Amino acid sequence: MISIIDYKAGNLTSVERALRQLAIPCRITNDPNYILDADRVIFPGVGAAGEAMKVLKAEGLDQAIKTVFLSGRPLLGICLGTQVILEFSQENNTSCLGLLPGEVIRFPSPHLDPNGRVLKIPHMGWNRVEWTRDHPLIRRIPPESHFYFVHSYYPVPREASAVLGRTDYGELFPSALAVKNLVALQFHPEKSGPPGLALLKSFSEWEGKDVD
Amino acid sequence: MLTKRIIPCLDVRDGKTTKGVRFKNNIDIGDPVEMARFYYEEGADELVFYDITASAEKRGIMIDVVQRVAEEIFIPFSVGGGISSLDDMRQVLLAGAEKVSINSAAIRNPSLILEGAKAFGSQCIVLGMDVKKVPVTPAIPSGYEMVIHGGRTYTGLDALWWAQEAERLGAGEICLNSIDADGTQNGYEMELTPLISSHVFIPVIASGGAGIPEHLCQVLTRGRADAGLIASMTHYGTYTVRQIKAYLKERDVPVRYLW
Repeated sequence: MISIIDYKAGNLTSVERALRQLAIPCRITNDPNYILDADRVIFPGVGAAGEAMKVLKAEGLDQAIKTVFLSGRPLLGICLGTQVILEFSQENNTSCLGLLPGEVIRFPSPHLDPNGRVLKIPHMGWNRVEWTRDHPLIRRIPPESHFYFVHSYYPVPREASAVLGRTDYGELFPSALAVKNLVALQFHPEKSGPPGLALLKSFSEWEGKDVD
Repeated sequence: MLTKRIIPCLDVRDGKTTKGVRFKNNIDIGDPVEMARFYYEEGADELVFYDITASAEKRGIMIDVVQRVAEEIFIPFSVGGGISSLDDMRQVLLAGAEKVSINSAAIRNPSLILEGAKAFGSQCIVLGMDVKKVPVTPAIPSGYEMVIHGGRTYTGLDALWWAQEAERLGAGEICLNSIDADGTQNGYEMELTPLISSHVFIPVIASGGAGIPEHLCQVLTRGRADAGLIASMTHYGTYTVRQIKAYLKERDVPVRYLW
């Protein structure tokens, strides 16, 4: 059973629908007990870091997520769920969960491409991920696949080895992180068509080992 | 590099699409869920559903359509038409849409943009703009005026001012429809689109006038649009999304492709 953490941040049902389409058992829950006893946990979310941390703390979900991470069970962060895994976010100057050292920063404004053209914020739409190494979750993904992004902030882990993939938007920013039993994505696999579903499918079978 | 998006738009009345799509096998399908699935598999980047249901009591049908679409396709889609309150937005988003599009309701009540962005996030709020070219006057310095009721009613609002005001209020994206170009299939409005797009920092979807792939190429390059809305050119099987993308790719317009 996969537990999808409900902390009132955005459209959780889209993750649930994607898993249902793949015939993967899952439940949306805000009960720390249902998170602690799940085989795997997905930590999704759309919204602002400040409000998200407030809800996570109020409902005891912050401790549950840390426990899952330390237990070695597979944990998948998506978008805002990825950002609050780091120590600090510039968004609302928020202290976050700190599972990984590093912080979340905003795209510069105005954001220019190498030709001096203004790049729009949020970074919204389909973009590629350059994978920096192999990982069990990305083996079903065809080369040159695109993924759906919508965000104004992005994660910068302190350890370069935590970066699994980078994306080009004016600069190369970390768009996928992987450390031990944690994979954290800035894009939305549940809205990224077949390659996104392939990634979710791999997560549902993953035992939480970075290399196998 | 961020790709340019191709977005088919489906008009839905009482749960049925008003323009049936003639697919390759020449079968008309008026079911929005089937059409959504077809476009998803063809590589559309996003979909727009526009509810033109006249009567309020049939609105529930649209929510049912949104739910069924959300179970079938795994790309973002937005819903517009008749959304005039936070509660309308909430219903559509909970049913599985990624974004809501608000148009005349935002003109009547601009705080709807602010409240919607606060409640659901800016990324959910698309401002739909229906625009007509008019003589330049002190009240309409850009020469483009906001219109409602399908272009029959002039609002006195300057389109460029309104785009910037909506951005300030928290709109996450603009769907810019030229009433002059709409339905002509003669190409997008190539003055209005770059004007608006270069004066806001949020993405702009060009709408109205697409007839051939070259029109998309124009609006996504010189027109500075981030995405192009299409309807008749693919609904009737004249072109496929795949053909449009192949055309754009050959001309070095960055697109997402599934082949």
